[in-house]
Amino acid sequence: MRKVAIYGKGGIGKSTTTQNTVAGLAGMGKKIMVVGCDPKADSTRLLLGGLAQKSVLDTLRTEGEDIALDDIRKVGFGGAICVESGGPEPGVGCAGRGIVTSVNLLEQLGAYADTEKLDYVFYDVLGDVVCGGFAMPMREGKAREIYIVVSGEMMAMYAANNICKGIVKFAEAGGVRLGGLICNSRKVDNEERMIKAFAEKLGTQMIYFVPRDNMVQRAEINRKTVIEFDRTAAQADHYRNLAKAIDTNDFFVIPKPMTGDDLEKILIDYGIVN
Amino acid sequence: MSNPLKINPQELKEEIVKDYSAKVARKRSKQIVLSQAKEKGEVPEIMANVRTIPGIITQRGCTYAGCKGVVLGPTRDILNITHGPVGCGYYSWLTRRNQTLPDSDDDANFMTYCFTTDMQENEIVFGGEKKLKKAVQEAYDLFKPKAIGIFSTCPVGLIGDDVHAVAKEMKEKLGINVFGFSCEGYKGVSQSAGHHIANNQLFKHVIGLDDRVSPAKYKINLLGEYNIGGDAFEIEELLKECGIELISTFSGNSTYGRFANSHTADLNTVMCYRSINYVADMMHKKYGIPWIKVNFTGAAATAKSLQKIAAYFGDQKLIARVDRVVKEKLKAVEQAQAEIKARCQGKTAMLFVGGSRAHHYQELFREIGMKVVAAGYEFAHRDDYEGRRVLPSIKVDADSRNIEELHVEKDPDKFKPRVTEAGQKQLAEQGLNFAEYDGLIPEMEAGTLIIDDITHHETEKMIEAYKPDVFCAGIKEKYIIQKMGIPCKQLHSYDYGGPYAGFQGAVNFYREIDRMVNTRIWKFIKSPWQLSPQLIGKLGDS
Repeated sequence: MRKVAIYGKGGIGKSTTTQNTVAGLAGMGKKIMVVGCDPKADSTRLLLGGLAQKSVLDTLRTEGEDIALDDIRKVGFGGAICVESGGPEPGVGCAGRGIVTSVNLLEQLGAYADTEKLDYVFYDVLGDVVCGGFAMPMREGKAREIYIVVSGEMMAMYAANNICKGIVKFAEAGGVRLGGLICNSRKVDNEERMIKAFAEKLGTQMIYFVPRDNMVQRAEINRKTVIEFDRTAAQADHYRNLAKAIDTNDFFVIPKPMTGDDLEKILIDYGIVN
Repeated sequence: MSNPLKINPQELKEEIVKDYSAKVARKRSKQIVLSQAKEKGEVPEIMANVRTIPGIITQRGCTYAGCKGVVLGPTRDILNITHGPVGCGYYSWLTRRNQTLPDSDDDANFMTYCFTTDMQENEIVFGGEKKLKKAVQEAYDLFKPKAIGIFSTCPVGLIGDDVHAVAKEMKEKLGINVFGFSCEGYKGVSQSAGHHIANNQLFKHVIGLDDRVSPAKYKINLLGEYNIGGDAFEIEELLKECGIELISTFSGNSTYGRFANSHTADLNTVMCYRSINYVADMMHKKYGIPWIKVNFTGAAATAKSLQKIAAYFGDQKLIARVDRVVKEKLKAVEQAQAEIKARCQGKTAMLFVGGSRAHHYQELFREIGMKVVAAGYEFAHRDDYEGRRVLPSIKVDADSRNIEELHVEKDPDKFKPRVTEAGQKQLAEQGLNFAEYDGLIPEMEAGTLIIDDITHHETEKMIEAYKPDVFCAGIKEKYIIQKMGIPCKQLHSYDYGGPYAGFQGAVNFYREIDRMVNTRIWKFIKSPWQLSPQLIGKLGDS
């Protein structure tokens, strides 16, 4: 079983990219579990066709300790198993601790057991690595490979660099490795070249460049992944290609985070069109 | 018994810090000072109230302990709820041996109960305010208290529960006084931060609520006396015999109502300066009540303190009455002193405890001919060592800034200066100065070591060097000291003893120390086979 976590700046398209990739992998016949690690519990909306999922923490709260695996799992598009961690409302409690609780519970209930015959588990993690709880998927080998969703915008790259620092921290103890950057295009000038260079500096690869396409938005409105919404669309091919790239990926590294100055230099070198 | 005079304290200090890394040694060197021959007003500077170095094993406690345990714990009718996981509430319940005596069976006493929200994983993740509100409601329904205090533990601060908002809401809903304390354990560098937080909230939410003035002539408060082992009972009785009315004690054997009424007293007397000086200063500013430092530990100090109070009121009848009481009490004390001194003379003690006890208890040892060869506080500030004159030169660091400092002004209606400037001058001529405390260092003989926040390593080294006849500290140190063959007297909880305040208390202490330093039991700390083994072997080759 491959354990994958997707990180990236808030709003960069982690959930969309994750679900579309999962749809692509499912099309290849893979058995996948997606664990949403965001208090908003919206990481599996496209796979499930809406926010029908009862989160692990809500279930824990209402049902007490006696929980069966099926209370918190739901099967979505392509047979993908969907789980949402859930968490408190904004400004209350500790969402990070919620992730820890939720992943521990999944383990206790045997969601990762060999009998489940999973090929992949995907963790879709909220925004930046804001506290210890959100690093949970990286720790103790919960996730083995990380992909960072990024674009050519400064703040997205800055966040990606920070996440790399987190990976370095847990690489030794947890054995986590960076599998690459997924560029989710914002149509920034020179974006592909810049992210390639950025990836190289970090010691990793740009595993795929996902172009910007309004098709994604249309599919989202219809609560579907692009592959489910229109399997013939060019964007559906891109996601299938990304799925394939991840499936065949064997380039895993401990990244080398950049200094702030070096990061800005890349922007100047590539971002300013001559 | 070794002769402490043979020890060169400066060399000993160097020997002690030699085992530390350079950085740690530098810091600890500033927290270990040598008292010098007393030049007028000159005392060495000591570093205090700074962060403990991780790994050195400190005596200190946490901010929650200082707030809930020390200052608010001894009040019997404020229902104290610990907002946090169950351990914080449970382990701070009835462990300080602060006693209380309700006026009647109908008088509320919640001390025998332990109230906590028993926070679980669920509250950590989703926030604990709802559970806290429920706990306050439940406590109210069951006990109908006059007031409820809410105490924050570490996780409450981490997840950001707003205990003050809950307190405010429940106060309006229930119509009783409900107030919160942001006394998360991790705040500040020691329990001292918790004392300050407790002082602030008592001042903001309780003191000054009841304006009824007692007809008694001589009205005082006793601040910084926590009735450990019944100390406050001794002092209450003494004051009664002298005809001095005690409005409120902060907070031994105290009640909510007495706190609320305490601003009607005409003098604040301060025992433990460290834990309560904030209230004393704020009451002076807001209500015009002056404060003097007193000490009811030791017979001579007790006599002097009572006489100071009488001198303040200046009434000849009172002065005569106090003198009479003192004279009578001292008779019995002197008899015990003479008997016990014969057995204790020349023996030595070390005091590493608290923020005032390491100072106050020197009186008692002196009275039975014993010498304090080293002392230090656990959570004191520089003024507790060097006296209040250094206050302007104390650097306020970020840890202290983290604790709220109340801005207090004269109360337009309730401010009433108790002494005129001329009166103050006159009292000063008699040696009665307000808001003055000289600290521990001037008390120490030249050539003794004063150590702030003593570490485990330093404790062992000091015991090895001086082999004192008794070591005074707390429960965390007690057994390591006793394993070294030295009796340890706990001056937080008094072990199982007390009271040690006042005249009878002094006699109790003499007897306790006599018992501890003159027992032969410590000779038997080593087993016979350790002293003369019958078989000697060594581990096999490997």
